[in-house]
This record gives sequence, structure tokens and C-alpha cells, in this order.
Amino acid sequence: MLRINNLEVVYNDIILVLRGISLEAPEAAIIAFLGSNGAGKSTTLRAISGLLPYEDGEITKGTIEYRGEAVHTFDPQRIVGLGITQVPEGRRVFAELTVEENIRVGAHTRRDGKEEFRRDYDRVLAYFPALSRRLRVQAGFVSGGEQQMLAIARAFMARPSLMMLDEPSLGLAPLLVTEIFDIIRKINAEERVSVLLVEQNALMALAIAEYGYIMENGKIVLDGPSHKLMENEDVKEFYLGMKSDKERKSFAEVKHYKRRKRWLS
Amino acid sequence: MALQILLQLIVTGLAWGSVYALIALGFVLIFKATDIFNFAQPELMMLGAYLSFTLITALKLPFLPAFLVTLVLMTVISSLLEMMVIRPLVGEPVLAVIMVTLGLANVIRGMTGLIWGYEELQFPKPFSAQPIMLFGAAINQAEIFTILATALLLVVFFIFFKYSRAGLSMRATAEDTSTAFLMGINVKRVFTASWAIASVVATIAGVLLATFTYLEPIMGHAGLKALPALILGGMDSVVGAILGGLIIGVAENLAGFYLEQYLGGGINEITAYVIVLIVMMVRPYGLFGTKEIERV
Ligand SMILES: Nc1ncnc2c1ncn2[C@@H]1O[C@H](COP(=O)(O)OP(=O)(O)OP(=O)(O)O)[C@@H](O)[C@H]1O
Ligand SMILES: [Mg+2]
Repeated sequence: MLRINNLEVVYNDIILVLRGISLEAPEAAIIAFLGSNGAGKSTTLRAISGLLPYEDGEITKGTIEYRGEAVHTFDPQRIVGLGITQVPEGRRVFAELTVEENIRVGAHTRRDGKEEFRRDYDRVLAYFPALSRRLRVQAGFVSGGEQQMLAIARAFMARPSLMMLDEPSLGLAPLLVTEIFDIIRKINAEERVSVLLVEQNALMALAIAEYGYIMENGKIVLDGPSHKLMENEDVKEFYLGMKSDKERKSFAEVKHYKRRKRWLS
Repeated sequence: MALQILLQLIVTGLAWGSVYALIALGFVLIFKATDIFNFAQPELMMLGAYLSFTLITALKLPFLPAFLVTLVLMTVISSLLEMMVIRPLVGEPVLAVIMVTLGLANVIRGMTGLIWGYEELQFPKPFSAQPIMLFGAAINQAEIFTILATALLLVVFFIFFKYSRAGLSMRATAEDTSTAFLMGINVKRVFTASWAIASVVATIAGVLLATFTYLEPIMGHAGLKALPALILGGMDSVVGAILGGLIIGVAENLAGFYLEQYLGGGINEITAYVIVLIVMMVRPYGLFGTKEIERV
């Protein structure tokens, strides 16, 4: 459904951040998108959402296709209108708006009437019952976990067919992360929404994803079905922290893995 | 008798305060949405007043239609200004943008002088000059009308920003532009809309002010009181701008009457700044300024 081909992104005309990445998210799947700090994961999501022109970034090569249509020149409104929404890094709820208003603003692009809105509003509160007790509270005053739920709820209200989540586990207690990941899986299964899940918490992400990509320094260095990735020695060492006592090297420097190109066109 | 005078002073103060509040509100609307401080806001107010003056006197339109036509004209003018003058400046240094809005203010003021002259002009009074009696005090009808019209406008504003889709999207954009993009909000349109709405507010302020004063190309100087109102209320607070304006309007009027004999004439001119100084010492971010919500 979403297909990125050989995407190259430059910031400020000089800083090459994405160095030709390719990635695919099929219908109704959960795809994990892993990588360490500064790898370029958020940049990839920004490129898909059409935000780069506003951050002094530019796509210098490659394409982004959505359902067969090239969308990398579209502005953000149009992307949302196509059904691609993003839950940004750091949640970015509108702190001065109430929880309820945050949910409403998520439906900004929709024109399908009050009833449909009401239906999705009730549905999203059924997924996140914690929010229904906080509806009139300013979003800046609810807990971090509730803010993350709110950010997902808000993105849900646009009725996406592809939801991109940027590090939803960031700064949350493990129990809460489990809860949120369960809901992500539920939304994926029940609403047939594809999920592109950016995470540093590789274990959690691979546990719910079918397929994963691993990015380092602006390049995809490894991809494969989740269970395969979880068995991979390097992944175990660098992302699952299973040999954490060993000296840490950059994943890209590890020579002996073989990059799978199965998903590249 | 003393009470009647007090009542008169307060009503006049509230009327002036309403005008300050509306100018300050225009500043806040543009500042919150676009992070630009529009120094031409008082001049937009003046332009609105002059335009409706011309529609009434030259085209012989009755007050209300003339007023409505002015609102439309000002919306068009300010939208064009935003799109053609301000938008190309996005991303330029703050100082450059400030200079441009200052320049804009001067251009509007100069053109107003050229077109309408520098003489004071009497705005055709939509209300009878006959004062109405309220608890024994003679109150200027135009002042009462100004206060009521401002109150009504604020209610409309509140409803718009609280309940309408467009209002909500403007508040979201004001808080976080890049996340607003992710909501599919047309941010450019929000920027233009904020200028349009600010100019509507300015026009209303200008016409109201003209009904109980007169027109002159420096009537924008009332904006010099809107600035302290703004600082008093907190630069980014709509409620603060309104209350700040009202407080300053009433305070300077009271000070002008009661303190003049002790402190000499002109005390009302500096009251606003004295109040601001005192408040700044206690609350540097204004009475209602950003209480940046701590994220838990
Ligand atoms: N607006 C920008 N201008 C210039 N450089 C940028 C900009 N945004 C990001 N970068 C740089 O691009 C690189 C990739 O950043 P990006 O935010 O995409 O990484 P990430 O994989 O999301 O990292 P993290 O896990 O820390 O969120 C980093 O080196 C960053 O410093
Ligand atoms: Mg990131």
C-alpha cells in the first residue's frame, strides 16, 4: 500500500539524512521500523507526511507511492486526506486544548457528517477508556501515558488506512507500553489499519509486527519477518540488548550480515 | 453626586478600555497564530474607521450597511496584505518582519493623511447625542453602545473559537504549527484567516472609537494604550488582552479625574504605563501570560 523507493532526503541543502531507503507497508499489516538515535526514522515519517518543505528538508531522489499514486510532492493536508496519519515523536498533543478538543481536531479533514464522527468518537473512547474520564481536562495536564493515548486517538479520528507512530513507547513505564501496544494491535486487527511503528524498543515492536526494517545512518541495513529478525545475532546484540556487556559498535560496522533485498522492487 | 461621577467615569473608561481591548485582541490573534507582532494593527483600526466614514458620507450609505461593507473590504485588504507582504517573510529574521509591519503602519497612516487629510473629521453619529440617564448619571449613548458591542463581539469570538471547526483549527495552529499540519489543517489559510479576523476586530474598534471621538490620521495612537494592555494581560492571552484593555481604560480615566489635582494634568496618559510597571515587577509574564503547561 505504501511503497518508498530509494528515497534520499537532504536538510538545509547540504545535510544528507536519508541515503536511498526503500520500504514497504502492505495493507492491514504492522511494520516495525527500528534504528538508533539519529538514524533518520522521524525524517522518513516527515517525508511521508509531506512535512519536509516546512523543516527546510527536501526529497532529492526517489519516490513515495501510496496505493499506486506518487505522493511525495503532496502537501500535508492532502496526505491526511488520503488516509495517512502520523502520531509524532513526543506525542505533541495540543496542551492548551482539552482532551476532547484534541480528539475533535484529529477529525479536521473529514467531511462525512456528525453521525460518522460520533461513531468514531465513541469507538476511540472504547479503545482508550482512560481518556473518557479526562475529556474536559486540558491535554497538558494529563499523564504521559494518557497523552500518548490521546495522540493515537487523535490520529485515529482522521480515519486512517495507514497510521505511522513515532516512538510511542518513549518515556513510558513498561506496563503502560504493553497496554498501548495491545491497543495498537487491536486497532490494526479490528479496523484493518496498517501501522508503521517506529521504535527504539525493538523487542516490543517486533513482538507485534509482522515485518521489520532496521535503519542506520540513513540506510536500511537489514529487513525481514519479525521472527527472523529476533533470531538474528546482530539484532539480538544491538537492539534487543541480549549481549549488553559486550562493547557496543555501530550496527552498520558489523560486516557479516547479508542484507536481504526481498522487499526492494 | 460623587457616585454619579464615578459611574460616568467608569462607563467612559470601559468604552475606551473596550477599544484598547479590541486592538490588543487583534495583536494577540495574529501573534498567537503566526508568531508575528503586527505593529500595523492600530493603523488597520484607523483605516477601517476612515473607510466606513467615506461609505457613509460620500456614498450616503446608512451606518449599518456601511459598517458591513467596511468589514468585507478590510477582510479583503488584510488577507491580501498577509498573502502578498507578510507570507513571503516567513522564515526571515524577526527584526525584518517587525520592520515590515512598522513600515506598513507608516504607509497606511501616510496614505490616510494623503487621501483624507490631516484635519479632524467628525464621524457621522449613528446615535443621538442625547445622553441617557442611568442612576442619575448622564451617560453617552455611544459609549454604552461601544461596551455592549464589544461584549457581544467577544461572545461571538468565544463561541467561534470554542465550538467551530475553523476556530479549533486556529487554536491548534496557534499552539503547534507542525502538528497542525499533521492534522491536515491548512496552515496557510489559518494565517490568512488570523489577519482577516484581526482586521475585523480592528475595524470594529475603529468605528466604535470614532462614534465617541472623531477621525484623525493619528487615531492609531490609541494603540499605544493597547500595548500596555497587552503586556498587562500577557502577550499570548486572549482573555488577558481583553481584561488588560478594560483595566487600563478604567484606571486611566479614574486617575485622570481623581489624581489630576495632586499630580497635575497628563496623569491619565501615563497611568497605563505605571500600572504595567507595577504588574511587571510582580508578574513578569503579565496577569494571564503563558503559564507554559508543564508536561507530566
Ligand atoms: N530539521 C533538520 N535540519 C537539519 N538536520 C536535521 C533536521 N531534523 C533532523 N536532522 C538530522 O537528521 C538526522 C536524522 O534525524 P531523525 O530525527 O530523522 O532521526 P531518528 O531516527 O528519528 O532519531 P531518534 O531516534 O533520535 O528520534 C539526525 O542526524 C538529525 O540531527
Ligand atoms: Mg525520531
